[in-house]
Amino acid sequence: MDWLTTVDHKKIAILYLVAGGFFFGIGGIEALLIRVQLAKPMNDFVSAQQFNELITMHGTTMIFLGVMPVIFALMNAVIPLQIGARDVAFPFLNSLGFWTFLFGGLLLNLSWFMGGAPDAGWTSYTPLSTNAYSLTHGVDFYTIGLQIAGLGTLIGGLNFLATIITMRAPGMSFMRMPMFTWTSFVTSAMILFAFPAVTVGLVLLTFDRILGANFFEVSKGGNPVLWQHIFWIFGHPEVYILILPAFGVISEVISTFSRKRLFGYSSMVFATILIAFLGFMVWAHHMFTTGLGPVANALFSIATMLIAVPTGIKIFNWLFTMWGGQIRFTTANLFAAGFIPTFVMGGVTGVMLASAPADYQYHDTYFVVAHFHYVIVGGLVLGLFAGLHYWWPKMFGRILSEKLGKIEFWTFIIGFQLTFFVQHFLGLIGMQRRVFTYLPNQGFDLMNLISTIGAFLMGVGVIVFLVNIGITSRKPVGAANDPWDDGRTLEWSIPSPPPEYNFKQIPLVRGLDAFWKEKAAGHTEMTPSEPVGPIHMPSPTILPFVMSLGIFIAGLGFMFTSDDFGNSFLNFIFNNYIVTGLGLAVTFGSMLLRSLFDDHGWHIEEDELNGKGVKA
Amino acid sequence: MMKRWKAIKRLGPLFIGLSFMLSACGRADLSTLKPQGTVAAGQYDLMKLAISIMIVVMLIVFSIAAYVYIKFRRKPEHKEAPKQVEGNFKLEVLWTAIPLVLVLVLAVPTIQKVFAFGEDYSADKNAIKVKVSSHLFWWEFSYPDYGITTAQDLIIPANKKISLELKTMDVLHSFWVPSLAGKTDTNTDGTVNKTWIEATQEGVYLGKCAELCGPSHAFMEFKVKSVSQESFDLWVASMKEPVQTIEDPAIAEVFKNQCLSCHAIGEQGGSVGPNLTGIGSRESVASILLNSEGSGQLKGSKPVKDNLIEWLTDPQAVKPGNKMPSPKEDLGLTDNEIKAIAEYLANSKVSY
Repeated sequence: MDWLTTVDHKKIAILYLVAGGFFFGIGGIEALLIRVQLAKPMNDFVSAQQFNELITMHGTTMIFLGVMPVIFALMNAVIPLQIGARDVAFPFLNSLGFWTFLFGGLLLNLSWFMGGAPDAGWTSYTPLSTNAYSLTHGVDFYTIGLQIAGLGTLIGGLNFLATIITMRAPGMSFMRMPMFTWTSFVTSAMILFAFPAVTVGLVLLTFDRILGANFFEVSKGGNPVLWQHIFWIFGHPEVYILILPAFGVISEVISTFSRKRLFGYSSMVFATILIAFLGFMVWAHHMFTTGLGPVANALFSIATMLIAVPTGIKIFNWLFTMWGGQIRFTTANLFAAGFIPTFVMGGVTGVMLASAPADYQYHDTYFVVAHFHYVIVGGLVLGLFAGLHYWWPKMFGRILSEKLGKIEFWTFIIGFQLTFFVQHFLGLIGMQRRVFTYLPNQGFDLMNLISTIGAFLMGVGVIVFLVNIGITSRKPVGAANDPWDDGRTLEWSIPSPPPEYNFKQIPLVRGLDAFWKEKAAGHTEMTPSEPVGPIHMPSPTILPFVMSLGIFIAGLGFMFTSDDFGNSFLNFIFNNYIVTGLGLAVTFGSMLLRSLFDDHGWHIEEDELNGKGVKA
Repeated sequence: MMKRWKAIKRLGPLFIGLSFMLSACGRADLSTLKPQGTVAAGQYDLMKLAISIMIVVMLIVFSIAAYVYIKFRRKPEHKEAPKQVEGNFKLEVLWTAIPLVLVLVLAVPTIQKVFAFGEDYSADKNAIKVKVSSHLFWWEFSYPDYGITTAQDLIIPANKKISLELKTMDVLHSFWVPSLAGKTDTNTDGTVNKTWIEATQEGVYLGKCAELCGPSHAFMEFKVKSVSQESFDLWVASMKEPVQTIEDPAIAEVFKNQCLSCHAIGEQGGSVGPNLTGIGSRESVASILLNSEGSGQLKGSKPVKDNLIEWLTDPQAVKPGNKMPSPKEDLGLTDNEIKAIAEYLANSKVSY
């Protein structure tokens, strides 16, 4: 019950982690099923329809419900600590964001049990995703599930923007912010601009499918290419929304375990902002073969290639952070060290893809599949693993086993390279993506088998990680404040796990890597910026959960408004929008409650703090 | 810097080796690494340039990384933390400038080729015009200048520019012949695309649909047959010759009522399904059942008649989700009728 009502950012972080981990597992199983089907030519392990559902759900799940929440988990767990704040700016919204995300994700996955999952690809290109060609309710689950989950993301992004802008500890100027906070800040800004685009797109598609609108129906004046533009105006920034926090994690981990400050901090900040800016300018490189014409293709080609410049700055800065350092290869740092070459591989193929005439060949082949898995798995997932191992002691007060961690790292990264390296060549020799099978004797057979074996090895790596978590969670809580000894940022100056209020006294920040600076000056704690006093805390509340539940019910009801259930009662409540109305009533009712009854929260008193502060 | 250039010089032979290695990959009628047409050759040049640049970048980054990972490990004598370096302006400018230069090197040929491959030859008198229509899950090719329509096998004369106009009849597909040219989407009305291909040699090239279009997306293949100009003229003439009808009047009646309502053969029939004129000389049935009469004589191929029988007996088993009614279940054809129709279609040949 405590978990349903919590508004504490650290607990919400754990909720995000558990939910994200759960969906990540589902997405992983889908991936393995895909690889089993493709292990040999003309395999009939799954049907063509099931395969299309698997690839659609694998992509959608991993992007929206797998890695996104794990990023949010890290952001929630770390950012308030890194900026020296007691919580996020809007704790209530934080909780609401989590619950809408979870209910959206659950709704999407309900499709497996309710007559068919979405089958039009994670991009859901029209007309394939319209009623005429996608016969189940699958795409409705996609549009409405993602709409609800996207709401959570948008809320989360706004919350972090407000938190980082307004709640930094005294002395922490923007140019003293830790790199992870910086990248999360930029990511949140990107969420703010990108997610409304997908919101609009999903609304249009929902209207086409459920209310019979004609935004994408050619015979009624609509245009399917419009969907592609709307989708990618969101979809391209989305990949930077995903990767930037990973960049932040890598910056933190590398500098901690090399015992050196980040090389070229200001150019890192500049590069991050530049990547975000260019990220919005290049969506049409997903559409080179759509026929935008040579001028558009040339411009988008060049703009895309330019992203290599800030990314290159980052790569070299990381390498030179380690240069002359004293590197310790903990599991976290192994993941970070594995990230660099792997991400570079994904980056260079990205530049290759940016060249439009060559992309006419790469597009929609396994070359692209290899490229974006190198970026998203080899970049983002390795980054998340690095971050999880790094901050695990801070989140849970227990250090993950290093021995198991190393096994996990090696199986995962070897499996990864095995799976995706050969896919570059599969694409170059003519294997298109999203095919449920292929004819033998095209030269595809052996490489597909290797790829499948690699995928299972990655699965083993993930299982080792789960075992590691299981074993670690049985150990007593006992991690030191600064378990890696070389912590540089504020989160390492307080107990692990931190008390509810994070900082007994808000610290005074006297430079970049504030805690490292204090340690170098011979202090063991941060200098406080305020006397000890009562701390104001927000009250726990069930309302965010109920609000999200209401939206969930409304969404489910809306989807079936024109269905015939063969049961007069069900027909009556669904076809007359009664279920939808009921769900909305629950949501708006709880909003009303929230507005009418002021909740002033509570205080942790001074004497309580003095007792507790040492204990934790 | 000098050292780096020397290293690149030394790596030169490696790149030559690399391009041999790359071109050993895949089938000549399918691989993008073995281009057989003007456009694909240009794209392959661009790929080679890009891959070479990227290999240099990777070698540099990987060697620095390997050096750092080995050289700067923490040792027991490291009690004091190392010097905290803020950055280095010159170095940072250097690794901003180098990628910029590399990008520029790639950008120039990219722009040249974008415009070259975006050229419109539809008004060119020397080019052959073909209208490509994509359907779930088959391809229709019509030649407005010759008044003929065919399906699945696109016949073109070698060394001639073929101007294509691509359009879909249902969902989006993408027209791709890897060894001849990159892909172009087939969009709906209002965004109809034009592109061109040119095969520099005679041969049969494998084409694929590259845009997810439904269950049988994987099976939406086609062939491009590049032939000599004489053969092409012969084929055009042959396509226009009247088609023999089925001798057995009962079977002819069934064929007319059940098949020709959608399919056309010669002058007769409708245009909903693939045009069947000369189907006996095609490379495959339903694009995935390979005919042993075809030019490739690939492993697993069967006589066209057997393939036709297999297809007509249960089309959904061969190509899930296709739009053809099942001749047995929906149209009530008997096995004998199917056999006779398959026999007739197998003998419907065109010469070239």
